Amino acid sequence: MARAFTPKVVTANALLEGDVIYLTADDRWTRDHHEAELIEDEAHAQLRLLKAEAQRLTVVGAYLADARPGPNGPEPVHFREVFRTRGPSNYAHGKQETSHV
Amino acid sequence: MYKYSDFDEAFVRTRAAQFRGQVERRISGALTEDEFRPLRLMNGLYLQLHAYMLRVAIPYGTLSSAQMRQLALIADRWDKGYGHFTTRQNIQYNWPKLPDVPDMIDALADVQMHAIQTSGNTIRNVTADHFAGAAADEIEDPRPIAELIRQWSTDHPEFQFLPRKFKIGVTGSPNDRAVVKAHDIGLRTVRGGSGQVGYEVIVGGGLGRTPMIGQVIRPFVRKEDLLPYLEAIVSVYNLWGRRDNKYKARIKITVFENGMEAFRDAVEERYRAIRPEFTGIDQVLLKEIEAAFAPPAFRNTPEDSFEAARASDPVFRAWTDTNLAAHRAPGYAIVTVSLKAHGATPGDATSAQMRLLADLAETYGHGELRISHEQNVVLPHVHKSDLAVLHAALKTEGLATANIGLVSDIIACPGMDYCALATARSIPVAQEIASHFKALGLEEEIGQLKIKISGCINACGHHHVGHIGILGLDRAGVENYQITLGGDATEKAEIGDKVGPGFAYDQVVPAIERLLRAYLDIRADRSESFIDTFRRLGPEPFKAALYPAEAERDAA
Repeated sequence: MARAFTPKVVTANALLEGDVIYLTADDRWTRDHHEAELIEDEAHAQLRLLKAEAQRLTVVGAYLADARPGPNGPEPVHFREVFRTRGPSNYAHGKQETSHV
Repeated sequence: MYKYSDFDEAFVRTRAAQFRGQVERRISGALTEDEFRPLRLMNGLYLQLHAYMLRVAIPYGTLSSAQMRQLALIADRWDKGYGHFTTRQNIQYNWPKLPDVPDMIDALADVQMHAIQTSGNTIRNVTADHFAGAAADEIEDPRPIAELIRQWSTDHPEFQFLPRKFKIGVTGSPNDRAVVKAHDIGLRTVRGGSGQVGYEVIVGGGLGRTPMIGQVIRPFVRKEDLLPYLEAIVSVYNLWGRRDNKYKARIKITVFENGMEAFRDAVEERYRAIRPEFTGIDQVLLKEIEAAFAPPAFRNTPEDSFEAARASDPVFRAWTDTNLAAHRAPGYAIVTVSLKAHGATPGDATSAQMRLLADLAETYGHGELRISHEQNVVLPHVHKSDLAVLHAALKTEGLATANIGLVSDIIACPGMDYCALATARSIPVAQEIASHFKALGLEEEIGQLKIKISGCINACGHHHVGHIGILGLDRAGVENYQITLGGDATEKAEIGDKVGPGFAYDQVVPAIERLLRAYLDIRADRSESFIDTFRRLGPEPFKAALYPAEAERDAA
């Protein structure tokens, strides 16, 4: 029996700032994991990834990351993805900054 | 200090202009990421976890005050007001934006700095003893030869696409402070039979996934033969090194798989073939470089005020006990300024700290600064009569921490707080260990100790050669830390041994505390350092302290 598909989000880095971004269901890029499209179907995930990879002027290094539903939208599963949603732990930089883009 | 020749200047400016064009073409879409990536890496620009990162070379760890000020300016103008000094004598900016990077590179070129070959499968920044030109135990300043190697290796047409990155380190002293045995090529300055200065050439060292201590390929290479000999080594590696598997592509594997004898024979054969092509122009250059590294005019003044200050100020005395090293000139000291204030990020300096250090180097240190692979800043030439006022000034920017060589003077790579390759965090582990032992008040009691932390198997934090090494891994989606014991980064280089299963993130500090309390219990006396006790007694008592439950079960 095929293994159950773990839901995914499409994530990448923004070309100009390098900031972590996520693909939304309405084809925008958001900097907030909760706004990402939670993809529950493997074939759909591949299509969404292809769409992301084609946006060469906007994004770098798109990939599918495991995610799960949460009360405010999709949440990361792996700790690496958790760090990517906020920034480093030694300074309140990255997405932890109030002035963050 | 070395000043760029017209050739150097033109070369660096040309590369800066080329890179500006490459960035413009990437942003316009004329270059794809696949096309752009090798170009940006050639110029030290990585894409990390949260942002781009620009890695700037500090050749042989030497900076002038003007260069340090420019690094501060770059941090303020295009980054977040700080920089991170690395274990390979580089500085990394963690938050540059792609369109700004060409301006940063231009600003570096204004002070004769660059980011060329700080990444990619090339010969990387040549590192050296951070006490070079000052150390009392030195045979010869290793920086002139390091500069010659930098010039030879920069844009070397044969060596731009090596099987893998290639690191060269040089020490001018018998006491190795440059970890040369963990480099692809390590050079130890030695005296030959006739008293002539030459180099012991060590190859095949390296940490990472397959840690190996380098082996001597030739015990003595004359100065005038060094470049052709290095060229022969890298040339054989370029042909023999594996390109099918990046984990087996470093020269240490090439030497290991082919055997030192076969590798040496091939190098010697290649050397004989190319030696005649080196007609001596490199030695003419070297003479000019050596003149640029002439020692400063040391002054001969009394140092009585130093002892008086030590006697009257215990804080100053404690700092002088830990942060000074022996200088070759009478009345002088080498000052190591700690970038490891308890709870701070190892190797980080704010722009204000950089400016203060630049000013202090100018006023009290003949305008010279060094960056150590241990992620501290060194003022190599300070007269002892200036130390008290220097110390007072360092305090104003939180730079007077008296902890060099102690438990809180930890090497840590950026780990998963920044690095895209990392498997776990290392910075917060270092911060917590340092804060914890300060709170316990045990730092002085524990004494000399090297803790080194890496956030992945690539070992940028040199964990293999730490007396205590900590390696952060991802075990089934959870951060897990392996502890190794008995490593040594000096001339007695040794790879530490793994002692047992890893620890969860929140169990690392308690484990280190058990380990160090055991050491305090079993050491012969206060003069026996952690590593000496470990060598005398072996891993067993430390293992028992790390894994008390197992020890109890075994005893039952």
